[in-house]
Amino acid sequence: MTSAALWRAVRPWIFPLVLLVSYEAYARRAAALGSDALAPPTAALQALAGAAMDGSLWQATGFTLGTAALGLLIGAGLGTLLGIALGLSRRAAGLGFLTIEVFRPVPSVALIPLAMLMFGFGVRMELAIVAFATFWPLLLLVQAAVQQVEPRLLEVSRVLGLSPSERAWKIVLPAIVPRLFVALRMGVAVALVVAVTVEIAANPNGMGYAMMIAQQSFDPALMLAWLGWIGVVGVAVNALMLWLQRVVSRRMGAVL
Amino acid sequence: MNARTQTWLGSLALLSALVALWWVASNAGWVSRVFLPTPQATFASLAEGLRADLLDFTLATVGRMLQGWLLASLVGVALGAAIGVSPAVRAWVQPTLEFIRPLPASALMPLAISIFGLSPGMVLFVVAFGAMWPVLLATVHGFACVEPRLAEVARCLQMSRAAFVWKVGLPNAMPDILAGMRLALTISLIVAVVGEMIASQTGLGQAILLAARAFRASELFAGIVLLGLIGFVSNALLALAEKKLLRWQRP
Repeated sequence: MTSAALWRAVRPWIFPLVLLVSYEAYARRAAALGSDALAPPTAALQALAGAAMDGSLWQATGFTLGTAALGLLIGAGLGTLLGIALGLSRRAAGLGFLTIEVFRPVPSVALIPLAMLMFGFGVRMELAIVAFATFWPLLLLVQAAVQQVEPRLLEVSRVLGLSPSERAWKIVLPAIVPRLFVALRMGVAVALVVAVTVEIAANPNGMGYAMMIAQQSFDPALMLAWLGWIGVVGVAVNALMLWLQRVVSRRMGAVL
Repeated sequence: MNARTQTWLGSLALLSALVALWWVASNAGWVSRVFLPTPQATFASLAEGLRADLLDFTLATVGRMLQGWLLASLVGVALGAAIGVSPAVRAWVQPTLEFIRPLPASALMPLAISIFGLSPGMVLFVVAFGAMWPVLLATVHGFACVEPRLAEVARCLQMSRAAFVWKVGLPNAMPDILAGMRLALTISLIVAVVGEMIASQTGLGQAILLAARAFRASELFAGIVLLGLIGFVSNALLALAEKKLLRWQRP
């Protein structure tokens, strides 16, 4: 490794390290004065290790990630199906557009109280809200992707006399896979954010709730630990999706 | 033109059919009225609420959303321009920004509560902070994508850095900034509602949570309708503004 490459690898870490160290110094002074709000990052790291040891870290992380994934599966699955249908037929797109424009701008968190009434607390309410939140972006992105499929491919399918379901499965779906993955990556980000938000606002489960409880029991170190952990999980999931997207699009023969 | 009206009519018909289905399902009792009120009850709650305090709640939520959004846009563009104008600063800071980007804005709420307490200022801070990221990152991206030849011209003309930002950087980053601001507006509304729910600040978020706890489904639906309306109107206005502001870019 040349020194220039080494420098390029090290440089991104310097700014956050300076921030962390200065925060550490500041928070130590504040903690010495008896602050309930701030904890130094080293204490947060200890609290994180403690949570990892007693298993609460993995249990809450598993709940949030599992619910987000399942909700995404429902929302993205339905969104993709409807998106393909609306993308293939101009008439269906015209029929649906007003309904979509009416329902899409409803902020997903507005449905938290409704989901509470319908399902109570637990997995199902969070699933419903994550599915609602991921349904709309997937629907619109997939519809746009299908509308951009090479028209000659569709003509070929007509000449071959394929049935509509065969056309969707054999021609359209392979053609939109690269764009589908871009949409899916966005869906994953939305699902994670919405899942944590639902847990912070209402649902007594998962990472968001664990953080809320840490705050309410005046444990700033544990709260900071959860905040950092949520950030790390978000970055890890995003990196995983980027890698998956690259692998799939290479296999599909797209040039990136 | 005829085909277009036909599409509109069909679109309207589908929406009316869905409302009719809602009417039948709730009136015939297919779905429990505990969580699916009838359309007429929802409408009555809406009309009655708007005469009482629902209008104040709506204005409170809209105010919170707009204040946070404006603050986020100003700070986001200013910081983004400061970071984006210099490739050196970009190389130092951008990886950190990319790390913070996927962090859910509402995850900062517990931290903000322990610093600021359960106050309107706390909610405003989290709204502005959460909505700032898309604007900030879009501005940095817009500055990074300025045509190199324009930068060279600016150097030949011996423009000062401030003049470069104002005359070349910002106009070029405008489409990115506007797209970021549109995303920021959606985030502002969401975080404002969550903040009202958690910190019990007056607004639609608190109103619908209380309605749900008291099993008053029609008031809950009235609140959801209003929130949907806020999202719809704000998004439409911003799309219109975007079209107007970017007209000069199209040939």
